Parts: sequence; C-alpha cells; structure tokens
Amino acid sequence: MELKMFLLVLGLLVGTGSPDMGSSQGKCSESLVQGPQTQENRTHTTHSKKPFPVLSFGYDYVRLPFEISLWVLLASLMKLGFHLMPRLSSIVPESCLLIVVGLLVGGLIKLVGEAPPVLESNIFFLYLLPPIILDAGYFLPIRQFTENLGTILMFAVVGTLWNAFFVGGLLYGVCQLEGHRLVTVDLLSCLLFGSIISAVDPVAVLAVFEEIHINELLHILVFGESLLNDAVTVVLYHLFEEFSSVGTITVTDVLLGIVCFLVVSLGGIVVGAIYGILAAFTSRFTSHTRVIEPLFVFLYSYMAYLSAEVFHLSGIMALIACGAVMRPYVEANISHKSHTTIKYFLKMWSSVSDTLIFIFLGVSTVAGPHEWNWIFVVATLIFCLVARVLGVVGLTFVINKFRIVKLTSKDQFIIAYGGLRGAIAFSLVYLLNTDHFPKRNMFLTAIITVIFFTVFVQGMTIRPLVDLLAVKKKQETKRSINEEIHTQFLDHLLTGIEDICGHYGHHHWKDKLNRFNKKYVKKCLIAGERSKEPQLIAFYHKMEMKQAIELVESGGGSKLPSAMPSTVSMQNIQPKKPPQDRALPQLSKAREEEIRKILRTNLQRTRQRLRSYNRHTLIADPYEDGWNEILIKRKKMKELEKKISQMNNYLTVPAPPPDSPTIARARLASDPQAWGLKSATESIPSIKVDLASPQSPESVNIVDEIGMKGSQPKVSEEGGGLTMKVPSPTKPRKDQTTDEDNDKEPQQRLMRCLSDPGPAAEEEDEDEPFLH
Amino acid sequence: MGSFQSLPDDHQYRTLSLKTGFSLEQIAILHNRFKQLSQNEETLRRDDLKTIQDLESNPIRYQIIEAFFDRRNFQKDGVGSVEEIGFEEFLTVMSYFRAPAHHITEEQREEIRRAKLRFLFNMHDTDNDGTITLEEYRHVVEELLSRSGALGRETAKGIADAAMLEVASISVGPMAPDEFYEGITFEHFLKILKGIEIETRMHIRFLNMDTAVFCKQHSV
Repeated sequence: MELKMFLLVLGLLVGTGSPDMGSSQGKCSESLVQGPQTQENRTHTTHSKKPFPVLSFGYDYVRLPFEISLWVLLASLMKLGFHLMPRLSSIVPESCLLIVVGLLVGGLIKLVGEAPPVLESNIFFLYLLPPIILDAGYFLPIRQFTENLGTILMFAVVGTLWNAFFVGGLLYGVCQLEGHRLVTVDLLSCLLFGSIISAVDPVAVLAVFEEIHINELLHILVFGESLLNDAVTVVLYHLFEEFSSVGTITVTDVLLGIVCFLVVSLGGIVVGAIYGILAAFTSRFTSHTRVIEPLFVFLYSYMAYLSAEVFHLSGIMALIACGAVMRPYVEANISHKSHTTIKYFLKMWSSVSDTLIFIFLGVSTVAGPHEWNWIFVVATLIFCLVARVLGVVGLTFVINKFRIVKLTSKDQFIIAYGGLRGAIAFSLVYLLNTDHFPKRNMFLTAIITVIFFTVFVQGMTIRPLVDLLAVKKKQETKRSINEEIHTQFLDHLLTGIEDICGHYGHHHWKDKLNRFNKKYVKKCLIAGERSKEPQLIAFYHKMEMKQAIELVESGGGSKLPSAMPSTVSMQNIQPKKPPQDRALPQLSKAREEEIRKILRTNLQRTRQRLRSYNRHTLIADPYEDGWNEILIKRKKMKELEKKISQMNNYLTVPAPPPDSPTIARARLASDPQAWGLKSATESIPSIKVDLASPQSPESVNIVDEIGMKGSQPKVSEEGGGLTMKVPSPTKPRKDQTTDEDNDKEPQQRLMRCLSDPGPAAEEEDEDEPFLH
Repeated sequence: MGSFQSLPDDHQYRTLSLKTGFSLEQIAILHNRFKQLSQNEETLRRDDLKTIQDLESNPIRYQIIEAFFDRRNFQKDGVGSVEEIGFEEFLTVMSYFRAPAHHITEEQREEIRRAKLRFLFNMHDTDNDGTITLEEYRHVVEELLSRSGALGRETAKGIADAAMLEVASISVGPMAPDEFYEGITFEHFLKILKGIEIETRMHIRFLNMDTAVFCKQHSV
C-alpha cells in the first residue's frame, strides 16, 4: 500500500519536474511566454490600467534552487523507496538501483523532448564529491590504516600505475591492429584513457562495501587504496593531457612526473594537515559558542579541499589528512551535541551526494553523446579485469614477504573483485577536450560500460560470493575496557622489549610520537584539563558516558529490571570486609521508610532552571543536563546506599541521597523508586553513539553548585571525577571519603536528612512538573 | 646460570636455536646485545636493565624487567624469581615475542597463543596464586596511569573495578549477591582477550627477519 502511494508521488514529482529540468540546456516555456507579455504590458500602460495581478507566475526567480531541491528530493525519495522493499534491497545493492532510476528518469526526460542534464564535472568535483570523502576521512580508523599503510600504498601507487600502463598499452595495440576506425587513436590518448579508468573509485567502493560488512582488514585495504590512488590519477591525467597536444614524452618528462607525484601527494597531505591543525586550534576556543562548532569542522575541511585543488594538488588526500588530523583534538574540545551534529551531518550529506551521483550517472548515460565501438569497449572491459587480477596477485606476492598477517588467496580475490570504477572516472573523461581527443565520445561510452559492469555485475555478486567463500565478516563487538587496558599494556610492553633489544623499531617510534603528541601538541590544541587526560581515562569516560546515555534513553531504569538479568555487582568482587561491630544503632524499618519517604518527596519537587531563550544558544536539552545530574545523583545515591547497606546487610531499595541543590533541581527521567534497581550493565542494547568529552560549560556550572562533601580538587577535575563511574548497581565510593569516615558519615547523613525539611531554599524558579 | 663460554660456540647456538626457534644470526646479534647490557659478564642483573635510558619513560618498566627474572617464564613449572639470568634465559624470554610461522596448524597457533597469554598473565599475577585479584589488577592499571599524577591514581581504582566487573560478567555470568569472585583465572583471561589476536600482535618485527637485522648498538 505504501509502495503504491510512494510510486504515485514519485510519478507526480518527475512529471512536474521534467519540464523544468536541464541545467543549462533546458528551456522554460512559461518564462518565454511571460516575456512577450510583459513587453505588451509595458506598451499598454500608457493607454489603460491593468488590473492588479493577484496571482502571478515567476518561475525564473527561483529556478535554480528549485531544480536543485527537486533533484535532491527525488534522490532522497528514491532512497526511501528502496528501503520499503526489503527483499529488493537485500539482493541488489543500492547503487545499482539508483543507476537504474537515473536511467528511467533520463529516459523519461528524453521522451518529453527535453535534453536530460549531464553530470557536470565541476558540480561533481566541487559539490558532490567532498562530503563523501570528508565523511570517509573523518571516521577513518586510524589504527588499522597506519598498520596497513605499506600495503595500501603499494596497491594504490604501484597497482594503479600497472593498471594504467597495462590497459593503455594493450588498448593501443588493439587500436593499431584493428585498423580503419581506431587507428587514429594515438598512444598518449590510450595511456590517458588507461590512467583514467584504472583508478578504483572510493564512492563506488564505499557504496558496495558498506552493505556487505566484510572484515576490517579487507575493507581498509580496498578503501584505503581507492582514496590514495587519487594522487596517481591526478598526476597521470595531467601528464598525459599536457603532452597529448605535444605528442611525445621524453625522459625528463617522466622524471618530472615522478617529482610531480611526490609534490601532489605530499603537498595535498601537508595542506590538509595545516587546515586540520587550524581547525583543532579554533575548536579550543569554542566553549562559549557551541552552536557553530560543527561549522568550523566542515568549513576548514572544505577549504582544505579547495586550496589543494587550486594548486592541482590531490584534493582527496588533503581532505583525508585534514579530517584525520583534526579529529582527536576537535573531539576532545567540542561538546557532545556538536559531535553528534557533525556525525549526522556528514552522514547525511555523504548519503545525499552518493545518491545524486548514481542517479546522475544513470541520467548522463541516457544523455551523453555515445559512440559505440564493439571492439574498443569489449577490449577495455577485458583488459581492466585482467589487469586488476594480475596486479593484485603480483603485488600480494611481494607484499606478503613483509607482512606478518599474510593475505590469503580469498583476501586477494575480494581485493581484486572489489576494484570498482565509478563516477570519478566518468567525470574525468567528460572533462576531456574534444579538440585534442576526437575519440572522446568513444571513451565515454567505454567508461560507462566498464562502470556499469563493475557496479552491476561485481556489485551484485560480491555479496553472495562473500558468503560463499566464507570470508570473515566484521565483528560487531563493543570495545571493552579490558581490551583497552591490555592493548595499552601490550603497546608499552613491546616498546620496552624493543628498548631492551636496542632496536629502534616500529613501536619505539610510535611511542615517541605519542609522547611528543602528549607533551606539546595536546597542550596547544586541547582546551583545559582534557589536554592532560591519558588515553585510557578518556576511553573510560567515553564508555561511562555511553552507558549513562543508554540509561537515560531507556527510561532511567524503570524499564530495565524486567529486561536485564541481574549480573555481577561490586559486592561480588570486593573482598568481604570483616563484619563491622555495630557501633551504630540499627535503624528500625519504620525509620528507614520515613527517611525514604522524605527523600522521595524531595526528589519530586524537581526544578529545572530555564535559560533565557537566545537564538544563538540551543535550548537546554533535558537529556544533556539530565544525565550529568543523573550521574551525580547516582553517585550520591550509591554512597548512601553503601552506608545503609553496611548497617543493614543488604538493601534492595536504596534511598536517594539527601539534600543537594542539583538533585532538587534535577529532572528525573522516571519514578525515583526505580533508581535503586539494578541498572545498566553491558547487556543493555548499545546505542552506537561516539561521544566527545562530557565536559561542557553546563556540566561545570552544575558541579559548582553541588558543593561536594570533602572534595577540594579543582572544578574541572571534579568534572572528571563526576563521570568516573561505571553504572553498576553498587559501586565503591570514589575519592571522597576514606574507610574510616565510613561509619560516621552515614549516621550524620541520615540525621541530616531526617531533620531536613525539604530541598534547598535558594530555589527561585517555579516548580517544574515531574517529568517522565 | 648457563654454562656459557665467552666465545660464541656454534654448538651452543644450535641448541639454543632449536629450543627457542631463533635463527643463528639472530642469536648472535642478541648475544651481542646481552654482552653489551651485562658489560661482558656472563649474567645479567636487574640493575643492568634499569640502566637502559629509553626504558625510563616506560610506565611499566618494572614489570617488564621483572618478567625477565621470573622463573615461570623460563620453564613450565618454575616458581619464584632469580637475581640474575644467563643468556639462555634472556633468549627464552625473547622468544615469546616471535611471530608464529606462516604455515602452522590450528593447534600450534592455539598453543603459541596460550604461551604468549601465559607470559602476560604472569606479568600481572605477581604473587603467583594463579589468579589476578582485584588488588593486582588495580596495581596494573595504576602503573599504566602512573604518569598522570593524581588524576591517574583516582581513576585507576575505578577503571580496575569496572574491568573486573566486566571480566566477572563475561566469565561467570550473573552472580548472586553472596557469591564472591576470587580473581581472574588464566582461563578467564584467555576468554576476555579472545578479541585481540595475540599471536600476531605480540611480536617484535626484527626478531622474525632472517636477513641482517637492524640493531642499534648504543651505549648503555
């Protein structure tokens, strides 16, 4: 049913859209009609007064944004549609479906009589490609990337060169042999064509590999190769394009080409790194203007790309370098909301771009001038495939000598099979000047055929092949604190052993880099206390945050008990203390109930301090403040609970902690009684949110007002102390009190809470209704 | 400790090679290093290792040095520690850091894995009772964070507790409030570190290459 509705809407859209389509070639009949009318009107105004136009039509005014929005809307609706048909989307990868849609749309437009728009190269390179690359670069798994960097570079550089020359050379041979029509194609044109078509396309690889979830090693190898071969492609393209007019290439040109390659790639990386450091530095000062933090990330990255393109350096590498360099520092500085914003915006833009690219590819196929030549096209296809296979096999043979984890033949097959071509190749061919390359249309046709083949045939069959060959899939394991501890331990151990051996190896330099980073770079680029935070602690905080957010989002504990089995709690691992002599009078049950009632009513009078509305600040998000306070509350609650439990052996429903302005002010997510129940442990379905620092000005404010007993450390450190809790049911207290105070404190606290009339009197705002 | 002449003896090397799996060239190079560290004596002491400058910045240097003198790493049922070691023991400890050969069976791989994890386990289990107790684990985390001052010490406890809870949850599952989790046994240790491919990660690259090794000889 929804499918039919959807198709109807789609049909209407395309119908209304098609007469208006066409970037520069499309004519707008209405505006033409409009033209003469206004002229007539002007000549008539002297004679008679026209009635005031109540409703008029002025399409030209909004034409460009209207068309762009319509296309983007179409692309998004397409994406929506595919996921309504789960069976189809499980067989056919999205990219194929989108190309088919593009073909249909293009066909429709042609039927109507308009000229369908073609994927303009500058639109592609300037607007559609950067979001995808930035998304990839910002979330690049650095550890795996650097571990396999040698392999990736080999594939990217040597592999692409091999492909280019193999395909180009053999095609030239074929052209010469073929005779009449193809003999005009000279060597340089063939080599240029070879270099364009040899590059593995990151867009296509991402689109297909994301759906098949293979293991991280293969993913990073193919993906890394597709990113890094951009430099090679750029250099070869410019080299051959420059010299195709001249006609010959000398040895000096080749040497210059090699130098150019180094300049292009390293230059791109340097440009990206510079912008990345600038972005990191800027983010250090954004604590008062949280709203525009994501904007800095996007702008600096885009500027890096554009700056690299100005000098004909590799824009893709600049973008990757920028994202990878800025990420650890920016994430330490920005607020958690900004982090989420960045993540979702990047995903959204790259998704839209990706969809648009494939649709346009389909439309351009219908539109573009074609010249079909059986021999050329088939030869291209065959040579591309053969070159890829040979290249991968040959290179792996060499690479395996230097690798510890060798690449098996299954891996090699997937790498070879995953060499998809895509829109970058298409756009590059489209840019070719027809004067220099008379056979450009033929190239275009051949490229489109290869792209279609790789995307359709290889894209569709790779998933069953992966299953058939039982290739290791991505493990969806959460990174545990134990693994993190032992990974760090192992790193230090290996560095130590290297030092004992006297060998300055891989670990030694990595350790040196880390220490340099910690000592100098982090101090510059990260604001405040976070600069000194060791990695283990940062990881621990992240985990805490994640679990706290899960706790809040799952309703603060009321829904939990039924879902979660009770697991291990602190009591199980702490060595049993000798039973303490009951110096304190045992609390009678009645007394306990009274205490609990009082505390509960305190909590019910929750207040929320509303900030005054300001367009430039976001309204206080209940959850963002909520979980901070929840953490504080939980901490206090556990402390109190511990003490009560020590007097009473085992407490099932602990009382919430006594007076604290924050508690009074906090908004509980659910019934206070539920707070005591065994809460989040690892078995909660995890929400995959990567989080930045919990430290935001909001949290600092809250900390200020708590007035934690017995803690003197600095506010910011307290902020760190706040979040240092694992949401396990009963947790040992933190730094606050020592064991000796243990016995005295609870008594005092209970006394205090018994005499306490209610929440702190300094609350000035009105009561907030108790929210669920 | 080892009956070792000061001149490299081919026969000695060969037996060592068979025992530890290193090639003869690697043994020669490591022997040079050993002699450098021990100042041409026959045995190595803790103080000799402590003088290595690069180790100064390593947070777990004491554990690493201890591992060289721990009898459990020399043979299967060793107990306690020794004051000085000979070249054979030095080489034995080093052999834990070789990568597994490419063509080995699954059982051999598992065995190598166990051996390496046993080495790590011994580093944590300082009192040799077969379990890593909460205290010992806390000590591990504290050492790791020892360079972070006061902040490190406070969070170390929390992190260790959290980690312990995780191990208990994974290994034992739900526990009644009265039960007590003694500590991480070797089997549990294997379980929690299943995700890390120890046999390939715990290796020093140069110990594998049979060609001329790049070994920096700098004054100790």
